[in-house]
Amino acid sequence: MARVVLIGNLAQLTGGVAEFQISATSVKHLFQQLAEAHPALAPHLEEGVAVAIDGQIYQDSLFEPIKPDSEVFILPQIAGG
Amino acid sequence: MLVQRQQRLPVAVNQLASDSRGVLGVQNRDRRNRDGRELAVPLTWSEGGVTVTKTYTFRRGDYAIDVKYEVLPHVIDVVEAMQPGAPLLHDDLFTVGVEPKPEKASNIAKRIEIVLGDIEAGFAKADIIVEREFNTAPVHQGYIEPHATLASVSEDGSAEVWSSTQGHFIVRAHCARLLGMDIGKVRVTASEIGGGFGGKTVVYLEPLAVALSKKAKRPVKMVMSREDVFKSSGPTSGANIKVKMGATKDGKFVAGFAELKYQAGAFPGSPVQPGVMCAYAPYDIENVKVIGYDVVSNRPKVAAYRAPGAPISEFAVESVVDEIAKKLEIDPVELRLQNAAREGTKAAYGPKFGPIGLEETLNSIKKTEHWNTPLRKWQGRGVASGFWFNIGGETCVSLTVNEDGTVSLMAGTPDIGGLRASLAAVAADELGVEYEKVRPIIGDTGSLGFNFLTGGSRSAFSGSMAIVEAAKQIKADLTARACKLWEAKPDQVEFKDGAVRPLGALAEKVKPMTIADFAKTAGKTGGPIGGVGRINAQGAGPSFGTHLVDLEVDPETGRTTILRYTVAQDAGRALHPAYVEGQYQGGAVQGIGWALNEEYIYGDDGKLQNAGFLDYRMPVASDVPMIDTILVEVGNPKHPYGVRGVGETPIVPPLGAIANAMEAATGIRFTELPMSPPKVLKALRDKGLDKA
Repeated sequence: MARVVLIGNLAQLTGGVAEFQISATSVKHLFQQLAEAHPALAPHLEEGVAVAIDGQIYQDSLFEPIKPDSEVFILPQIAGG
Repeated sequence: MLVQRQQRLPVAVNQLASDSRGVLGVQNRDRRNRDGRELAVPLTWSEGGVTVTKTYTFRRGDYAIDVKYEVLPHVIDVVEAMQPGAPLLHDDLFTVGVEPKPEKASNIAKRIEIVLGDIEAGFAKADIIVEREFNTAPVHQGYIEPHATLASVSEDGSAEVWSSTQGHFIVRAHCARLLGMDIGKVRVTASEIGGGFGGKTVVYLEPLAVALSKKAKRPVKMVMSREDVFKSSGPTSGANIKVKMGATKDGKFVAGFAELKYQAGAFPGSPVQPGVMCAYAPYDIENVKVIGYDVVSNRPKVAAYRAPGAPISEFAVESVVDEIAKKLEIDPVELRLQNAAREGTKAAYGPKFGPIGLEETLNSIKKTEHWNTPLRKWQGRGVASGFWFNIGGETCVSLTVNEDGTVSLMAGTPDIGGLRASLAAVAADELGVEYEKVRPIIGDTGSLGFNFLTGGSRSAFSGSMAIVEAAKQIKADLTARACKLWEAKPDQVEFKDGAVRPLGALAEKVKPMTIADFAKTAGKTGGPIGGVGRINAQGAGPSFGTHLVDLEVDPETGRTTILRYTVAQDAGRALHPAYVEGQYQGGAVQGIGWALNEEYIYGDDGKLQNAGFLDYRMPVASDVPMIDTILVEVGNPKHPYGVRGVGETPIVPPLGAIANAMEAATGIRFTELPMSPPKVLKALRDKGLDKA
């Protein structure tokens, strides 16, 4: 199962739990499972997060694959100037 | 203290007559005398809880309204704004990110935190701990061209807008949303931009110009004055930063703590989040804790400024790293190399880095003649490193092969640093045509699919990926046409070096056809030849940089002169080296201004005192030496050419590098920016060094 870690304030929406083991094959799949388990996370997942999968950061990419042994970090979205 | 003020405001009589509401509540009862030259207007307001109505009589051509203001106390400084009892900007703003949820409103909009390892255990292992507090002033992006726009709404309600912007698709979206229009009815052209640096990723004038044009039934142009720009548009945050780092006696960093407090302006949304994430990014440290506060205060809402948030936090961290180097008597570049983030290092914000070029930038600085040049008294040398994530995003480009074989390239992200030239080089390479045969333009919002704005160091990275996609379509199309023309199978042909070439036995029967050959007969073989790359570019690779600066301080005046400056930064692959160098130089110069001179100066009344380039002093060409550049190229494996964004990283190291050079030159650790002549002179005098 993929190791999923919430970075920043997101853990406050999951009762303080920042780390999960989740079986998910894509970012979309991951978000669905997180939102079902913690509905307060849902609006944040829809807008305003980046997802790092095995070191590579992705933004707004729902179909990015997640492997069974992936390390996934959910981060604040990154912009720039 | 309540202060009553009166102000006489000229108001158009006609406007007043037609308005049904004014600031104080204008009752629209138009009582004219017989010749129509007088207008009696009742005004109502609340005074001490009592509703007062007074009728003012205006003669046409002679008009005034007396307005009484209640001037409220203000707070600007971020630390003052966080104090209990500070003037409250919003009654309904409660700090997010703290438990339990606060019941009292606050100027602290948000608290954020990232943690890696065990910070207390880390400090327990340290042989040396350095702790410092820093302050930075708000600075402006300083684009030479102010915000400007022209809007023209036609009778069918559709709008054309020309705007000095970093993102014309974003302008379109904002105008449509704010004015209740269909997106398809708004067409925006990005003008050639006179600088943006993040400050033109938002809208100020465009929706207003569209609304006014609709009302006036004429084109409307709006241009901010320089004073308007300084007083009304978003600068970056001023900040207070506390940094505490621990290291072993042989120089291994074992703990890094920071607390960042950033001004957001009147509404939440400072760049403290990226500041938190970037603070220790250049280093491999097992134990990190960074806390950030987003704080509102009485200033314009901040806007992005080149690597938003990162220069501030890394100024503080790089200053402390330099102190550690001095205390341990370790060369500052060697100390950074010892602790540098490399491929596989876990960043404090979570993921492990892929291939990165920080080590290469440090080593290349060490090899420069600059690094080994001796200095004199009152001269100092400083070094610092920095980082920016970079992003990709939605990007759409088109390539069209014209009838004569030339190629028209249309991109959709405004060109603020050489995008057109860089993409043309990629298109020429992909299609095997001469560079001069590719003509790049930036299309308006009606010509391409959605493009995210130019920012986040994304445009060359994303645009070139999209060009590769568009070129693939053209190559596939021409290969298919050749198969039909030659009655060949796909494995008998290939596209190579600008032509479709027959393979094997077929090569004895037919000659290769170039793109220009296909273009001549395009209509007969399938129609116009072109491709559109539509992607949401992913795989952006971070760019690390290291800056080296020599400066000289005049002890009699406090003035600092930059003597020499070298930038080494990882570009992955420089599509257009001269433009990449330009980005390095531009970021360095902006950092020089930020470190040595630029700041918003407020009076006791809370008003901005230096809303012009005379008193808000940015570096000009004569203030700085040539900025030498070293293009490090550690390819980004996720990009077909290895490209990394480069535009933002170069503004991150200068503040720390210059502060470190100042310490070397004067023996004084400056912890407040800017290190402007009056402050430097005072510091020298306080230590009795000004006569030396």
